Amino acid sequence: MSTEIKENIIEISSEKNSLFREALFQLKGNKSAIIGFIIIVGFILMAFLAPWLTPFEPNAQDISIRKTAPFVSSHILGTDDLGRDLLTRIIYGSRISLIIGTISVGISLTFGILIGLISGYYGGWVDRIVMRFIDIMLAIPYVLLTIVIVALLGPSLINAMIAIGVSQIPQYARVVRASVLAEKENDYITAERSLGASDSELMFKSILPNCIAPIFVQATLGIGDAILSSAALSFLGLGAQPPTSEWGLMIASSREFVTSAWWIVTFPGVAVLLTVLGFNLLADGLRDVLDPRMKD
Amino acid sequence: MLKYIFKRLSLLIPTLFGVVTIVFFMIALSPGDPARVMLGERATAASIEKLRHELGLDKPLYVQYGLYLKRVVRLDLGKSIKSGQKVSEEIRDHLPATVELAVWAMIFSTTVGILLGVLSATRKNSWIDFGSMASALVGVSMPVFWLALVFIMIFSVKLDLFPTGGRMNIRYYFTPISGVYVLDGFIILLKTGDPKVLFSALHHLVLPAIALGTIPLAITARITRSSLLEVLNQDYIKTARSAGIKESRVIYRYALKNALLPIITVVGLQVGMLLAGAILTETVFAWPGIGKWLYHAIEARDYPAVQGGIIFISISFVLINLIVDILYSVVNPKIRLS
Repeated sequence: MSTEIKENIIEISSEKNSLFREALFQLKGNKSAIIGFIIIVGFILMAFLAPWLTPFEPNAQDISIRKTAPFVSSHILGTDDLGRDLLTRIIYGSRISLIIGTISVGISLTFGILIGLISGYYGGWVDRIVMRFIDIMLAIPYVLLTIVIVALLGPSLINAMIAIGVSQIPQYARVVRASVLAEKENDYITAERSLGASDSELMFKSILPNCIAPIFVQATLGIGDAILSSAALSFLGLGAQPPTSEWGLMIASSREFVTSAWWIVTFPGVAVLLTVLGFNLLADGLRDVLDPRMKD
Repeated sequence: MLKYIFKRLSLLIPTLFGVVTIVFFMIALSPGDPARVMLGERATAASIEKLRHELGLDKPLYVQYGLYLKRVVRLDLGKSIKSGQKVSEEIRDHLPATVELAVWAMIFSTTVGILLGVLSATRKNSWIDFGSMASALVGVSMPVFWLALVFIMIFSVKLDLFPTGGRMNIRYYFTPISGVYVLDGFIILLKTGDPKVLFSALHHLVLPAIALGTIPLAITARITRSSLLEVLNQDYIKTARSAGIKESRVIYRYALKNALLPIITVVGLQVGMLLAGAILTETVFAWPGIGKWLYHAIEARDYPAVQGGIIFISISFVLINLIVDILYSVVNPKIRLS
């Protein structure tokens, strides 16, 4: 008898999972999601295939061809002040940006999910303390928090990832907590509990899979945000250090050429813009499909 | 109403206390000895010890924390190590520049943002809608500092329309009255009839304010569109339309009023973004505000200044959000009753 009920419950919750799959299927009809997806896949391919896409080395200097204008030689997007091929540096830069995006979102996701689940599931004083703490963290503007953390840890790419990841935790925790609160009131949870499911089983096996949708949207947006923030940190000299071909750093070192070489300033920024746009478009599409309330 | 305001105010104190605590421990527990960092590699052990004693760093952490709290309550944020000036005075000196920049950025982003949002919502699925929403999406995906550089490249270097940075043409130097140069320029215009200061101040503001306002603009446009579309679907709008009321009146008089609620919240939240975004914009445009000041403090590891700056910005952020929330509850009784 009880196994039968259990199977029924599993069926119900897997039905929810298939709803999620159906939503992903619906994405095929969503224009912004498709464009976003294509851009992201493009950049991922670029990151993986970098050595085969360009005959040049990202850090190979050649002073004799410094500041070559774009579209006139084999250096399609021109060269920078040290004669390095700009396109090559942008291609290799996609590796760094995608890694930063993934790792820092990974950090925020792991801790955000853990904190949000515990806070939402147990409620009571645990929830009150956690939420208080999160409110305080959110009182410090995000960009500022990132800058301070990385300044204290010391400027480097790894510390930038940690700083971005850590300062985003409160937002993830909030999103997770909100959906846990809604989800745990469902009958199937009460039923599973009455069948003797443990707290951790309920949290990770039953509730979490059904809260994935908003977390997924947040994470997609988060990767774009992380790429923007890391560019900003590098621009301020707090992230990647020369000669790394990080986009933000490339923009920073181009500052003195605004009067003489527009391409050194322009193209790395376009790369950041396109990548972040890709993630934002995909997140928009995901939200339309997964969260019908947000639809216009 | 009063009860609601009181409730919000009572929540304010623990939040402020929390911010001060987090900022203190974040900086106190960070790796590296501030005294060593400040004095540099070649400092002798004795001089480091002396500075540690001067800064109170040789006391146990909880004593330092207690002393810091005691000082912060009296609005004493300590002295900047770099300049020796009081941190609160440095903030006061740099604040007007940032306020001026943020206010203009806000005016720009809110007016243009709401306008674009209304245009998109009323002409849903037209090319105007598509165009402004596409540019809004591009707007939120752009690095601010890059946009600022591109602006300088196009409008300052190529077209020579605007200055590349600074707040004022040094030829028109004057003793600041309020520190907000547009206001000062206006006062000077009234007093002496000379508009040069006012014009120069406005001239210098255009590019930084637009650059800083671009992301908030994009967000405002998007939220205005979706909020207005939601309202336009409601029955009372249909009733108003079927009663033959002019469409522009329906939109501006009846629909936009209700659609404004979520817009107010978003605009309020943007204040924090503007303050933080100012670090980047001010750095690019050599704008002598809080952002640039804080950036240099971070660079120089000027701990008291960094602590004070973050506490100041966070507290302003919290206070502004509180004011927005209270305003919100004034226009929307549902909030304070729930």
